[in-house]
Amino acid sequence: MRGLKGRNVESEYLLQIKGINKSFSGVKVLKDVDLNVRAGTVHSLVGENGAGKSTLMKCLFGIYQQDEGRFFLEGKEFNLTDPKHALKLGVSMVHQELNQVTQRTITDNIWLGRYPKKGLFIDEKKMLRDTKELFERLDIQLDPRVKLEKLSVSQRQMVEIAKAVSYNARIIVLDEPTSSLTDNEVKKLFSIIGLLKKHGVGIIYISHKLEEIFEISDEVTVLRDGQYIGTEDIKNVTMEKIVNMMVGRELEERFPPRTNVPGEVHLVVKSLTTRYEPVVSDVNFELRRGEILGIAGLVGAGRTEMVEALFGVRALRSGEIYVDGKLIDNSTPQKSIRNSFALLTEERRETGIYPVADVTFNTTISNIKAYRNRLRLLNDRRMRDDTDDQIANMRIKTPNKRAKIRNLSGGNQQKVIIGRWLLTSPDVLIMDEPTRGIDVGAKFEIYQLIINLAKSGKSVIMVSSEMPELLGVTNRILVMSNGLVAGIVNTEETTQTEIFNLSAKYLSNTRGAEA
Amino acid sequence: MKQNTVARIGRMNREDWKDFLVNNAIYIVIFSIILFIIVNEPSFISFAVFKNILTQSAVRLILAFGVAGTIILQGTDLSLGRSVGFAAVISASLLQRTDYPARFYPEMEVLPVVVPLLISIAVCAFFSGINGFVSAKFRIHPFLSTMGMMIALYGILSIYFASGAPGPQPIGGHDTRYTELAVGSTFGIPNLVLFAAIASAVVWVLWNKTTFGKNMFAVGGNPEAAKVSGVNVLATTVLVYVLAGVFYGLGGFLEAARIGSANNGTGFGYELDAIAACVVGGISFSGGLGKVSGAIAGVLMFTIISYGMTFMGIDMNYQYILKGVIIVVAVALDAKKYLKKT
Repeated sequence: MRGLKGRNVESEYLLQIKGINKSFSGVKVLKDVDLNVRAGTVHSLVGENGAGKSTLMKCLFGIYQQDEGRFFLEGKEFNLTDPKHALKLGVSMVHQELNQVTQRTITDNIWLGRYPKKGLFIDEKKMLRDTKELFERLDIQLDPRVKLEKLSVSQRQMVEIAKAVSYNARIIVLDEPTSSLTDNEVKKLFSIIGLLKKHGVGIIYISHKLEEIFEISDEVTVLRDGQYIGTEDIKNVTMEKIVNMMVGRELEERFPPRTNVPGEVHLVVKSLTTRYEPVVSDVNFELRRGEILGIAGLVGAGRTEMVEALFGVRALRSGEIYVDGKLIDNSTPQKSIRNSFALLTEERRETGIYPVADVTFNTTISNIKAYRNRLRLLNDRRMRDDTDDQIANMRIKTPNKRAKIRNLSGGNQQKVIIGRWLLTSPDVLIMDEPTRGIDVGAKFEIYQLIINLAKSGKSVIMVSSEMPELLGVTNRILVMSNGLVAGIVNTEETTQTEIFNLSAKYLSNTRGAEA
Repeated sequence: MKQNTVARIGRMNREDWKDFLVNNAIYIVIFSIILFIIVNEPSFISFAVFKNILTQSAVRLILAFGVAGTIILQGTDLSLGRSVGFAAVISASLLQRTDYPARFYPEMEVLPVVVPLLISIAVCAFFSGINGFVSAKFRIHPFLSTMGMMIALYGILSIYFASGAPGPQPIGGHDTRYTELAVGSTFGIPNLVLFAAIASAVVWVLWNKTTFGKNMFAVGGNPEAAKVSGVNVLATTVLVYVLAGVFYGLGGFLEAARIGSANNGTGFGYELDAIAACVVGGISFSGGLGKVSGAIAGVLMFTIISYGMTFMGIDMNYQYILKGVIIVVAVALDAKKYLKKT
């Protein structure tokens, strides 16, 4: 194979996946996929959404049965049948969405299903001792007696990693581990990964964030459309090369040119303060017609809360919103929609899609009143026509408009929801993490769409955790820190460092300080 | 759509057959039961039996439509039975023959039949609306809020029932115009079946052709998304429950006429029959899913089972066992539809 050292290639791999083929009702989703992971290394698995990464992992964990292909752990063939079996062999996965019993303590979660016993009873002392020892080994500073619901996502993730280690895992799959972590948390995660490497664990790292992949991995394997494209040593490859392998075409730039021109002041927000925790205080800003305003900040800085307050999802303590100089009332989502606002929410699955409903329903639901005829009954044909238009305009990949939205990929679901909002012809479009969990190609399309919308005179507010995206798409960036506005900068003139510093500006202050 | 299905059957492999069986389980079960009964009792195939099954299904279907909306909202309604009882007692108390000795209101003039119907509907819609409001406003699971309503309603209903001139005793002696509504026929079609058919048509239009229907499925499918999409979740929920109350009012009105008498125990336990029929008909407890045809199939299946087994002379107790098994199996199959995709 493409061995890096000349000697016995077979035995230097901890995990070998060979020639996996898998079809679903006649459609090939994996074609001869190989993946070889060395002990003590991080092997990244990248590819656009729908490239087959999760299907491959599901085959590995026995959730799907592959049609062809074999798995080897240290040269010995294995075929996992259920999660217990996987744990016994030392193969574990930290899922993107953590499956944990949040009402219970850290200790309970780690030892769930195999509590140490003393006679008839659970040996709480041993459990606690073992957990502390485990955390020490991984340099995790958490009190094992705390309930999981008190922890942040990143802390819960660490618990999950610790749990994997407690099973003496030799292969740990991390699926999009950093999708909701702040930069500091990512650093912490990476240092834990470093420790795991030292212990000889092989790590399969799945992520859409290329910067991260270059920082953390030793090797990277690229999949595209279910096909194995190649494995590269990270030291001998460039980001452009990886993107080209993933997309299969030259992606000139990661961002389309900013052709929108901001006009006169459109929206003015004055001293916006939320009523309930987490509090966002005294937010002031202006938005020009045709402008794209980015909202930056760490996780927990109150970005989502701020846009939710602006849209009437969150109650206000005080604050005024002016559109074209006129005071408006955005106290409920209905009123905001009537005022031509739209909010694309952060959690697509929780507050975006209607999973069991079809694409037509999901596209037309926010604009449903517009389809009433004189008898106030709905006109199906017009709903279908509008859906067809959106599918065509946004290049939504779906078998047909009757398909249930949950069967679409994340990027296509997102496009459906954007289409839903565009049908309401909003003037102010608020997008909270519009490209989260979406592949590179679809991201570019969404950027293009945002810029086109701004060009057509709509004003856009875009919340994002991805710095390059903010710098690449927006005109100005409002940086939030601990519920307050830390500053508003011109995208052309700012730097990543300036934004990082602003994000940390109020970290030492108490939350919602009046000063 | 139908033609597609037929065309597809020609080229189905084993997996596809399995899906087909799972997706159409209820129709297959109904068909098998009918076949089984016919093989054992060929006289089951008759117009009279067919008519009886439809007639017996009518009120149940109307009630099922009421509770179906609440299930689509990820809720339920345990107060259905008591609501039906209240409507039955109100209707019966206002529509007694003038020459009947034990009249509830001895001095009352003869009312147009539609007046007690409207009163029953208004009362049920009012209490049901409270269910919807309380559940949505205070985020109480409808199992609990409607359970409270079920208990309270029984109290209110019993007080009213005891307040009549003859004291708490079954209210009989219905006005013939009233009885005729339930037991009579129009153009050879039993009136009850006509009521159920009209209700089916109305529900179909409401669910599929109005913003109210779309909003209901939105709130049921993902309440958080519905909220940020600008759907008024509270108003939609209240409306769904009010509509449920309307159907309970109509159902109770017809039920008293059908039975020929009403008391404060009338309707007891009907909610479980209605919920079971909906669930068996694919109206999922996880919300956002449901079809009018499903409710009809669910109701028909239970009627066919009880009617058919009684027809064959099988002990009631065996019917209970079969019904219980069917409910659980139906829910398991329903869950399987969603499991296979993940």
